[in-house]
Amino acid sequence: MEGLELLIAASLNAGTALAIAGIGLLINERAGIMNLGAEGMMLVAAVAGFATAVHTGNPWLAFVVGMLVGAALAACFGVLVIWLNTNQVATGLALSLFGGGFSAFIGIPYVQEKLGEQPQFHIPLLGDIPFLGPALFRQHPMVYIAMLLVAVLAWFLYRTRAGLVLRAVGESPESAHALGYPVRRIRLLAVVAGGAMCGLAGSYISVIYTPLWIEGMIAGKGWIALALTTFATWRPARVLLGAYLFGGVTMLQFYLQGRGVHVPSQFLSMLPYLSTVVVLVLISRNAAWIRANMPASLGKPFFPGS
Amino acid sequence: MTLITKHSLLTRTGWTALAVAAALAGCSKKDEAPAAAAPASAPVAAAAASAAPLKVAFAYLGPAGDHGWTYAHDQARKAVEKEFGDKIVTSFVENVPESADAERVFRDMATQGNTLIFGTSFGYMEPMLKVAADFKDAKFEHATGFKQSNNLRSYDSRSYMTAYLAGIIAGKMSKTSIIGVVGSIPVPEVIRNIDAYTLGALSVNTKIKTKVVWVNSWFDPPKETEAAQSLINGGADVLLQNTDSTAVLQTAEKNKKWAFGWDSDMSKFAPTAHLASAIINWAPYYAKAIKETLDGSWKGNTATWWGVKEGANDIVSISDQVPQDVKDLVAKTKAGMADGSFSVFKGPLADNTGKEVLKKDEVADDKLLGGLNFYVKGVEGKVPGGK
Repeated sequence: MEGLELLIAASLNAGTALAIAGIGLLINERAGIMNLGAEGMMLVAAVAGFATAVHTGNPWLAFVVGMLVGAALAACFGVLVIWLNTNQVATGLALSLFGGGFSAFIGIPYVQEKLGEQPQFHIPLLGDIPFLGPALFRQHPMVYIAMLLVAVLAWFLYRTRAGLVLRAVGESPESAHALGYPVRRIRLLAVVAGGAMCGLAGSYISVIYTPLWIEGMIAGKGWIALALTTFATWRPARVLLGAYLFGGVTMLQFYLQGRGVHVPSQFLSMLPYLSTVVVLVLISRNAAWIRANMPASLGKPFFPGS
Repeated sequence: MTLITKHSLLTRTGWTALAVAAALAGCSKKDEAPAAAAPASAPVAAAAASAAPLKVAFAYLGPAGDHGWTYAHDQARKAVEKEFGDKIVTSFVENVPESADAERVFRDMATQGNTLIFGTSFGYMEPMLKVAADFKDAKFEHATGFKQSNNLRSYDSRSYMTAYLAGIIAGKMSKTSIIGVVGSIPVPEVIRNIDAYTLGALSVNTKIKTKVVWVNSWFDPPKETEAAQSLINGGADVLLQNTDSTAVLQTAEKNKKWAFGWDSDMSKFAPTAHLASAIINWAPYYAKAIKETLDGSWKGNTATWWGVKEGANDIVSISDQVPQDVKDLVAKTKAGMADGSFSVFKGPLADNTGKEVLKKDEVADDKLLGGLNFYVKGVEGKVPGGK
């Protein structure tokens, strides 16, 4: 297949933002909190990151600002759902809608802005290997950072004590509480970390992936990231694979069209959600699967007094 | 599968089981938009309205700052506001979805006392028809549609003319002889532009092949980026887009290829990739409609289709990278379009399966152009949903 290496490269790039947001949401959900506000957090972080990049010209600073903004929004969400026990689904939806409107509002002066030229990245030696070079080794560093983040998260969740505590809080907050762990604070930390990751993903989209700011530009990627955590049955490595798969499907539709093969893109754009539903049906049919995969207290509020 | 149902911005919000959220998002955006500052005036005041300024309202598909389609409409709104001064008061509502919600927006505009109402997207046609029937005193103007009534008429611009001019530049500049188009939604307007772009390029380079990638949305910057990238990966080195953002141009810049600005001047977004901008200037038509409303000569049941001749379409900011002889050729062709001696769709013309569409010297009429649904020879693939 001619151009396959470029398709692979584009898929990795397209999947990166999904993977970063996806593992952020995975941290949330592992701690038992479902944050449907991903789209909103990503939008606000996208405009904040873009504004930072416009004023400073420094994309890395833009990522940091994006993470801070995502974390701040997530912290508000966290306080609402963890201490005030508001409904997680409704609060998350509200955050998404708020983020959409708020980002459009504060982004007005930035709609006409543009960023300077971006350097092309090329890993010495590895980037020169035929096929593999252009496919894998000429990406923006964030693509590799995303892979690293996934590895770190997997190690954290399954190989460290803190990761065990985090999972315990998501599985059985009562038990964790009985053992003396501050369930609410741990949940808030997880929510903030998740928000920071969503913020990073959002600013990556507006600063590197599509370097511009336009209202609503995240265009459903936050929702795909949410679907992704379920699709991946809450496993970090599967989130990464799923992200590349969904990214690949997006790119494949254009790749095929460019070669005269017409698959309705509407069909392909529903695939991520369809496959998520299939996974949900599969794991829900089997009690052992649910126990093995789904955080048992996902979405349930925790009252330490009761 | 009809074309009209595809003409939806829903994809932008993301297909999701949480469609509820999407619907809510649509509403909440609309409510933020500046509403016409209309005090609930007494009927008496309305009757004595001869001295009061004419209230003109615009419904926009995207945000006014999209730098594409909606931006062009908003620039024209500002231009007529300047031209008519205190004789008119304009207002606009952004992000009006092409769904049942649009009807509410138009109804609201009419209720607020707007006498002249512009709907600037194809998908507003049915909602506008309905509302126009209920508000006989208001005048409705619908962009790019094909249905009219006593107080609803349609207007459009011949953007295919400037697509042809862009094609001439593309044909001369392309090194690979492969040019690309990021298509929005496969309606005749867009297919016409793809064909005209290809014909323009073929007129100067017979080896030209056009690759088309559809994103099925008028406005989805990340998707536009991905589509542009895949065209470039497929060998295309001069891109045109029918979508509304600057994403394609910026992707070309990043890949050191070329592209065009569309609907408004986008030269500053990609200093090296930008070859020219095909712009639409709606101001002359808006001025005409307002003038006719003011002097009472406004009539419904008509369709106006303006092009280069009336100043509605133009190609601007041609890059210094384009050689002078190409610029001259573009200027000459443009002059031919203006005086009517040159037609873009003129026989012999065959579609890309080889079927003859126009005989030698036959010129396409507006009926054929209005329903155009085939690719000309040189475009690869087939029209989605086409036979």
